[in-house]
Amino acid sequence: MGRGGLRSAPSPDLRPEDHVRGEGPVTVVEYGDYECPYCAKADLMLASLPVRRAFRHFPVVSKHPRARRLAEAVEAAALQDAFFAMHDSLFADQGRLDDPHLWERVRALGLDLDRFEHDRRSEAVAERVSLDFRSGISAGVMTTPTLFVDGEVHPGIPSPELVARLGGG
Amino acid sequence: MLIEPGAPAPDFTLPDQDGNEVSLSDLRGRRSVLVFYPLDFSPVCTDQLNVYQEVLPEIQASGAELYGVSVDSAYAHRAFQQQLGLSFPLLADFNPKGAVTKSYGAYLEERGHGTRALVLIGPDLEIEWSHLSPSPLEIPGANLIFDALEHQPA
Repeated sequence: MGRGGLRSAPSPDLRPEDHVRGEGPVTVVEYGDYECPYCAKADLMLASLPVRRAFRHFPVVSKHPRARRLAEAVEAAALQDAFFAMHDSLFADQGRLDDPHLWERVRALGLDLDRFEHDRRSEAVAERVSLDFRSGISAGVMTTPTLFVDGEVHPGIPSPELVARLGGG
Repeated sequence: MLIEPGAPAPDFTLPDQDGNEVSLSDLRGRRSVLVFYPLDFSPVCTDQLNVYQEVLPEIQASGAELYGVSVDSAYAHRAFQQQLGLSFPLLADFNPKGAVTKSYGAYLEERGHGTRALVLIGPDLEIEWSHLSPSPLEIPGANLIFDALEHQPA
């Protein structure tokens, strides 16, 4: 790669490949990792708000050794239309994140385990996770979770002010 | 005030986390980024250096090496580096405390440690770029390093 390959760029608005759910007037892009307890909390807080939200992977492996592997597992589940099912499953129980636990989750979600095991190690899935990570670096993400609310950056767990602004009680 | 582009890089010799001395003259011939940060093991620093570690291969591919600098001792640096899994050196500006950090204008007298600043030293040991964080709680994004490297001559 050439020099400056990760130079500044605004956090992209929703892209066709983003994983999006929820409906609302405001769009929230959340950068997070599945081994980060604060991300689980932020994700849960967003779930109760009337917003459209996208999740992007920001695995920081030197801090969370399993983070990239887990992001790849969720992308592999996405290839079987189970992105948010696996996403929710991991955030709901961050004490069980090793391979046998992942296989249990795959079975419980009714996914094809052989296909999952193949896909999570594929180049395409690794690239997909890197795409999110690199977009985060360019947007200046330095901690997880980091939320972009209509393009405006909010590092950390959403503040009460932000929650209120997003329509929370 | 933080050192500015065009100034000669102030000379230094500091031990790294393994006690090996690193001098300014060792940096001649390539680009180096000095990452001044407050203290080992403080939560915000931890995120900063972790994220830089994630993009270290890209920083190196862009032609620069990274050096962390704080007032902690080499022993603390070693434990911090191991805990975070960092592979770039951490320099101990420990004795006399903060002297190098002061010479680069990145010392907070009232707190007794460095502030958060990035300094790009060119191959000829001249300052090419510097960035002072508005507050120690605000972490300079890795993107700023890439922006700075992109604007330097090859």
